[in-house]
Amino acid sequence: MLFQDIVFWLLSVMAIGGALGVVMVPDLFRAALLLIVVFIAVAGFFVLLSAEFLAVVQVLIYVGAIAILLIFAIMLTRDVQRGNLPNRLQIPAVVFSALLFSALVAVAVDTQWEFLPDSDQGRVELVQTNSVTTLTGEVLIDEGVTGTEEQSEVQESGLADLLIEDFVLPFEAVSVLLLAALIGALVLVRPDNRQRRG
Amino acid sequence: MSFEAFLIVSAILFCIGLYGSLARRNVLAVLMSIELMFNAVNVTLVAMAKYLAPAALQDDISSVLTGQVFAIFIITVAAAEIALGLGIVFAMYRTNESVDLSDAASMQH
Repeated sequence: MLFQDIVFWLLSVMAIGGALGVVMVPDLFRAALLLIVVFIAVAGFFVLLSAEFLAVVQVLIYVGAIAILLIFAIMLTRDVQRGNLPNRLQIPAVVFSALLFSALVAVAVDTQWEFLPDSDQGRVELVQTNSVTTLTGEVLIDEGVTGTEEQSEVQESGLADLLIEDFVLPFEAVSVLLLAALIGALVLVRPDNRQRRG
Repeated sequence: MSFEAFLIVSAILFCIGLYGSLARRNVLAVLMSIELMFNAVNVTLVAMAKYLAPAALQDDISSVLTGQVFAIFIITVAAAEIALGLGIVFAMYRTNESVDLSDAASMQH
């Protein structure tokens, strides 16, 4: 537990320091590199929260695609060196963010959270390790899940099963959204044919 | 490493992102701040999936993964957002020769 605590605090310092750098550093290119630090720290949080699949997805999509796209865009536009200037709204923005932060902390501390009962902890951990790979019957028996019904319940609870059974409608909606967004982005960056002819 | 610690760290990340998206002049800096906010929300969702008991826990054990499924959806929406956002940035840069939001406010002809 102690080791996990140390890792948690290190990742927190990484994430918060990187995030402050993203909004403070005047050089946009350095800000984008600090954003990658934040993404990797968040991936570390996912590992700590036993969501390894999400950690891999985070590194692949955020670090591999989104951050690279952002750096690509930064290199293509001017004013990189002193691009990250504040606007006139700086003081209202600080006040608003501080207010929201105090509200969020008050809610996080005051709420009576309904934590997972200890009796279910073992099964829940099995489901979380099962989120990517399907556990075989032997592993389940080793972990103390002996009943056939319980075994099939754990085996059918992976992320993929959830995505294409319970959440199939949002899944399809997100697919269409992604397709529409990519087509929209292509249309936006396409050179204007009428202008070229004229 | 309690649940509240995760919530507070992600609240800090979200508020830094909010400040950045409100107070920066460069569109790309605003987009980066929005990505920070997406990440903060993802950390909250996954932390809740790990620590909290969903209402349907007794009927369906797989409901403990609901938070992770939503995090996947958010990552997908973030990818769509950044593709579209950069498309708009390039269109704006072509017509306006600048990615400054203060200039964009005076762009309306």
